Amino acid sequence: MAETRTLAKKKKRVVSLAAALLALLAAALLPQVIDSYYLNLLIITAYGIYLAQCWNIMSGLAGQFSFGHATFFGLGAYTSSLLFTKAGLTPWVGMFAGGAVAALMGLFIGFLAFRYQLKGHYFALATLAFAEILRVLALNWRFVGGAMGILIPLGNKPANFQFPETVHYYYVILVMAALITFLVYKLGSSKLGLYLVAIRENEEAAEAMGVNSFKYKLIAVSISAFLTALGGTFYAQFYSYLDPELAFGTAVSVNILTPAIIGGVGTVWGPVVGALVLTPIAELTRGLLSSGISMIVYGLIIIVVIIYLPEGIVGLLQKVWRRRIIFKRRTTVVENKPGVKKGGF
Amino acid sequence: MNISAIFQAITDGLLMGGVYGLVAVGLTLIFGVMQIVNFAHGALMMLGMYVTYWAFTLLGINPYVSILASICALFLVGFILQRFFLDPILNAPQHNQLLLTLGIMLVLENLALVLWSPDFRSIKVEWLEQGILLGSVVLNKPRLLAFVFTLAITAVLYYVLKKTELGRAIQAASQEREGAHLVGVNVRHINGIAFGIGAACAGAAGSLIMPFYFVSPGVGHVFLLRAFVVAILGGLGNFGGALVGGLIIGLTESLSALLLPGSLKEMVVYLLFVGILLVRPTGLFGGGRSNG
Repeated sequence: MAETRTLAKKKKRVVSLAAALLALLAAALLPQVIDSYYLNLLIITAYGIYLAQCWNIMSGLAGQFSFGHATFFGLGAYTSSLLFTKAGLTPWVGMFAGGAVAALMGLFIGFLAFRYQLKGHYFALATLAFAEILRVLALNWRFVGGAMGILIPLGNKPANFQFPETVHYYYVILVMAALITFLVYKLGSSKLGLYLVAIRENEEAAEAMGVNSFKYKLIAVSISAFLTALGGTFYAQFYSYLDPELAFGTAVSVNILTPAIIGGVGTVWGPVVGALVLTPIAELTRGLLSSGISMIVYGLIIIVVIIYLPEGIVGLLQKVWRRRIIFKRRTTVVENKPGVKKGGF
Repeated sequence: MNISAIFQAITDGLLMGGVYGLVAVGLTLIFGVMQIVNFAHGALMMLGMYVTYWAFTLLGINPYVSILASICALFLVGFILQRFFLDPILNAPQHNQLLLTLGIMLVLENLALVLWSPDFRSIKVEWLEQGILLGSVVLNKPRLLAFVFTLAITAVLYYVLKKTELGRAIQAASQEREGAHLVGVNVRHINGIAFGIGAACAGAAGSLIMPFYFVSPGVGHVFLLRAFVVAILGGLGNFGGALVGGLIIGLTESLSALLLPGSLKEMVVYLLFVGILLVRPTGLFGGGRSNG
């Protein structure tokens, strides 16, 4: 019995992996059949998936609700861009330097916040404050471009993270999004991931079971910060421009976390589904309506989803799925029971 | 830098701090009763500013009279928002509550953008132009009036909360939702009223700064973050603390603006914020909740 169950599980895993790979293949082939407008939409969507997954590691898995992911995003973008424009260092290397800076900042914020046991709203507001501090600092520091920001000189050398064709950016961000989704999937069943979930669900209980919550929360924050910074570098290279508001603004933090919450916090597919649903809606309505009305529609969608699907879109699907399984089991049990007469007397 | 410049900065800071306090009083009231951090608070304040702007521009109504209109309008908006959007998610996870208020903010701001364009608008009230000279310090009339009105409004609010049946019901609901329900307080109704009062505070503050500030759909952001800082400083949920917190932040801001170049004054405020969060998350005077 146990063997068949593991076998069934294995089979299910193979099927879902194959489905994911097929979807990825389809996503990779899509640029062949669409024009540049939709290619841009694809890039923004994949980029949304990537960043939402980064947030998901810290806030979904580990439950440390960040409202200031712009901190890490901006540090990554600024570090790699400054190294590129001032020292000529290729962003391929610079992005990891940015990741390191962001991870250090994450450790610093995390150390302070967890040391003083900030939780919930207070933790969220503290992360928001750090992003604001960095924004004002970048705004007033002439070395990093001040309010003018940084203009990255155009080029088309792939060695400099600059590509001759837009579609190449798409492949880069698609690979990043696929890798991080795989990482979150792996993390979910790893020891570290289980520790993080335990901390999220009940920190005292996790501590009592011997999980060093301080240590694992810090690990989650620094991984999330590092990866978010890589997304920042991608942004800077793709748009070739960066300023304090675009890097550290509150809107950045909001845009990072929204797809994850709408899709389903703490699930592997939530950020993917969230970004797949939200980004096209936002972009297409912006094309059809004036920008004000499209933002009203966006806000209304957020409100409706939060009220009617409190566990996000994936949460709803999981619930429906589970209910179906329970229903199935119940009927089979009744059918197999010996002595139960079927119909009539 | 001379002494009179410092005195001037102190006066300006205190006067502006009063308004910050009023915005934060609304925020802290909403948090105290519902444990919701209201990101739409700045947008509500923006609506109050537009009420005064249009009342003055179209009908020529004295800004200090239109406060009443703005209080009533925002109370209604707040009550409706609570009843239809916040009530269903009172027990939802925090990130959901936060994103919901963010969604409301997006809708309100962009509604204002569509209706009234992104232009920066201000009003010019002639009898407020002349400052009052007090020794070497110039008292800016609209700022002084804003301060006086803030004190009056918070005094009324304090009376309502402490001495009336409604106020006691609000306090009960904020201390123990279930318990209040058990002893016959209609908590759902009280939540609506509390959110309405909170929104009305934001609206009144908006009306009060209209004579010496500008309004645009996104203006709320400036005050929203200040209001968070002030509310935390005073202790989230602590009513009097919010007012004192407002004065402290106003003072800090104007003095650091005097001493630091550019917009670095904002950084001082945020650093203070982080410091308070870490060392005393319950606020300077306690009474706030530490478990968010």
